[in-house]
Amino acid sequence: MNDNTVSHSRRAFLKRSITASGFTLSLSLLPGTQAQAMFAGGASDSGFTPNVFIHFANNGEVEITCHRSEMGQQVRTSIPQVIIEELGADWQYVTINQATGNAKYGDQNTDGSRSIRRNFKRLRETGAMAALMLCTAAAKGWQVDPGECYTEAHHVVHKPSGRRVPFADVIAVAATLALPETQDVKLKARQNWNQIGKAVPSIDIKDMTNGSAVYGQDVVLDDMCFAVIQRPPVLFGKVKSSNQAEVKKMAGVVDVINLPEASAPALFNPLGGIAVLASNTWLAWQAVNALNTEWDNGTNASYNSEAYQQTLLEEAGKPGEVVRKLGDFNQARERASNVIDASYYAPHLAQAPMEPPAATARVTADSAEIWACVQSPQSAQQQVANALQIPLEAVTINVTLLGGGFGRKAKPDFVVEAALLAKAAGRPVKVIWRREDDIKHGYYHTVSAQRLSATLDDDNNVTGWYHKTVFPPISSTFNSSANKPSDGELDLGLIDTPFAVPNLQLERGEADAHVRIGWLRSVANVYHAFATQSFVAELAHQTNTDHKTFLLDLIGPDRHIDFAKSNAKYSNYGDDISDYPVDTARLKQVVETVTKMADWNNQAQQGRFLGLAVHRSFLSYAAAVIEVNINERGEWTIPNAYMALDAGTVVNPDHVKAQCEGGLIYGISCAIGQITALNGEVTQSNFHNYLVARMPQTPVKIDVEIIQSDALPGGVGEPPTPPAAGALANALFAATGQRFRNLPIPLNVKTA
Amino acid sequence: MKVIINEQEFDYQGDPDMPLLWFIRDDLKMTGTKYSCGMALCGACTVHIDGEPTRSCQLPMNAITGKSVTTIEGLSKDDSHPVQEAWREHNVPQCGYCQSGQMMQAAALVDKQQTLTDDDIESHMAGNICRCGTYPRIRAAVKTAAQKVVVK
Repeated sequence: MNDNTVSHSRRAFLKRSITASGFTLSLSLLPGTQAQAMFAGGASDSGFTPNVFIHFANNGEVEITCHRSEMGQQVRTSIPQVIIEELGADWQYVTINQATGNAKYGDQNTDGSRSIRRNFKRLRETGAMAALMLCTAAAKGWQVDPGECYTEAHHVVHKPSGRRVPFADVIAVAATLALPETQDVKLKARQNWNQIGKAVPSIDIKDMTNGSAVYGQDVVLDDMCFAVIQRPPVLFGKVKSSNQAEVKKMAGVVDVINLPEASAPALFNPLGGIAVLASNTWLAWQAVNALNTEWDNGTNASYNSEAYQQTLLEEAGKPGEVVRKLGDFNQARERASNVIDASYYAPHLAQAPMEPPAATARVTADSAEIWACVQSPQSAQQQVANALQIPLEAVTINVTLLGGGFGRKAKPDFVVEAALLAKAAGRPVKVIWRREDDIKHGYYHTVSAQRLSATLDDDNNVTGWYHKTVFPPISSTFNSSANKPSDGELDLGLIDTPFAVPNLQLERGEADAHVRIGWLRSVANVYHAFATQSFVAELAHQTNTDHKTFLLDLIGPDRHIDFAKSNAKYSNYGDDISDYPVDTARLKQVVETVTKMADWNNQAQQGRFLGLAVHRSFLSYAAAVIEVNINERGEWTIPNAYMALDAGTVVNPDHVKAQCEGGLIYGISCAIGQITALNGEVTQSNFHNYLVARMPQTPVKIDVEIIQSDALPGGVGEPPTPPAAGALANALFAATGQRFRNLPIPLNVKTA
Repeated sequence: MKVIINEQEFDYQGDPDMPLLWFIRDDLKMTGTKYSCGMALCGACTVHIDGEPTRSCQLPMNAITGKSVTTIEGLSKDDSHPVQEAWREHNVPQCGYCQSGQMMQAAALVDKQQTLTDDDIESHMAGNICRCGTYPRIRAAVKTAAQKVVVK
């Protein structure tokens, strides 16, 4: 935003400031400095910075700092939107500053669908506090009560007299005021909102449509060289021998550098291997191809996905450790007139953002400056400081745009690689991850198996529900001995099972990790929702009941789930359960809404094949209906999809709609992709063998309805993903009679 | 070797096998054309060679002599190609990384053909991946862009 547009609007603004209505008109008779003197307690050269998010230049222009990373969710628009609401600023005079990594902003780890829900109140207060200071400054000049003033359109307005003064003219005085007491800061009433709830277009859309937007892969520094790295094919493998000296002689090669060997636990450390630094990406890449390396693969070479799938499914079939219990499921099983069991399996996935990881580093003896596409700049700062053994404050992390993140870029191993190489090379280095590096050396979405059982009485009422989940946990990345789902993962769609059954038993089992396990958009919710929502559809089918009716009955009466009653701890995405209860009325409402949108009740007459799924995650409620067609070759397509989302209060409905569309499609990708290992090495390498949804696998049309709600804001980026795989599997069952319990779902169901 | 990119002539002395993508990105420092797969599997690096959409990550420098290359930076002088306008009208981009390639691919279609079915769009755009899932908006924007071409 530092282009001509801004300087043009700056001039326009200055002109307007001295020719605008009432107040400024009278002052315009005076020279500029005298005009301001009426308010001034002394001119400030540096402007006015009431807090870390807002800076006023002396001409009244506002710079708003976005402390969260932009990866497609338009947070660089929605955060300013919330501040501007209370500040009464005009977008025309606002520029956005992307924060570096710095603890002064509070949490910057952009994951967990929490940028808005965790910052909403705080950002409103930030804007309101600055507005109050401007009002107080204006009120001094007018000698009126600040309580009679408010801000709008970049002016302070005195309500009784209608007098107006532009922000520019009160900055100098405001800068001299003490910060207001929290209790004096008043937030706007909801009915007066004109920014929150408005579909403000993305502030980056112009740059994103002309090629000028800068991502991590795009950073250019003077005297920079380009690094491509050959990493051990098996996790914690080591270089036995290689031909580094020979490769170093190749044209364009600047240096060949061995990275430190990696060992368990993986943490956010680089994986080791051999880096080639060259004068461009292509030369570095060619030289890496010329490396003839012999590896010591170590113990993870035992990892074979085909065998491991059986191991996991067997473990899921055994009694496990009970993590939530209500009534007596075993007794219900003995007394049942019918018991239905099923097992589900979901493979590893790679986040595979369109932009593979990249980081550029400039390192001196006592400092480091980084430019990188990171979701968690403070974590990157910490890792670089540790790796270079310099103080945290000596590390600057500049956050570029992220060409997608989906959890991958919250792990800053690639940033540490750049820092180490820049230090070793004594000049700036850009580390480029190739797609092959991204697919073969990731922090993978875990592989999972689940066993579900339901007991039914003579009237087909569900009397008992059993669900065991087994997967190598994310915690194994940080603690090598961790081999059970952590509480945090169980809370993503298992512990919060919302069904009204008298006998409930939820369990976990053990599974060892052999690759780095990380988080991917909506994390454990993906496979938990897939299994649960598939199983509900199976129960409905086996009891000859309409799926929607069966699902709503199973969710049962309107209520808030009482975890204490079943002796369960539930972390509720880190937020208070009284602020954000697990509310079955809201869960049912999205089911009712989405099925109405899809004309669910008339699908049979219409000859349509629909699949339904619903899931609460990140404090929001999302339901999806997917419609499939099967063509003559046996390939499925999706003519229509529908999603209803209740995320409480939403800041930008168009961006929320985009997240629903994209999140659902990401969930379809989760249903068709798979990462497997053979002798410890990941088999897939690029988009020809790691399948992700292309246009033909995605809905021709997606209808989205955002439930109008005054509730506190919930998450948005992740909740649309979990219902997708279940809805797709259920639609395919409707169309073909085939039940897909093991992911991935093939693109051609005739050959399945 | 002389090459023409966005109507500007450049002299290239490097490896004739180097893909055009790296000349554009690393040598010319025009970073609007993106790297994502390097195997012509995703379309993020799409440019026009004499008006035809082409994956620059698999196109060696020696294949472009005597041809005219257009990148996203050269698609229009003032961001006014109908595809760029339609992309903004429909708020297509999320992360934006694949969108240069998506727009270059789409521009080659709407410049030639303005009556488009969903199938036409799907078969033309199937080689371009978007992990954010902007496909429904791309479909809509391509239709709008085609109409804008007619008007222009």
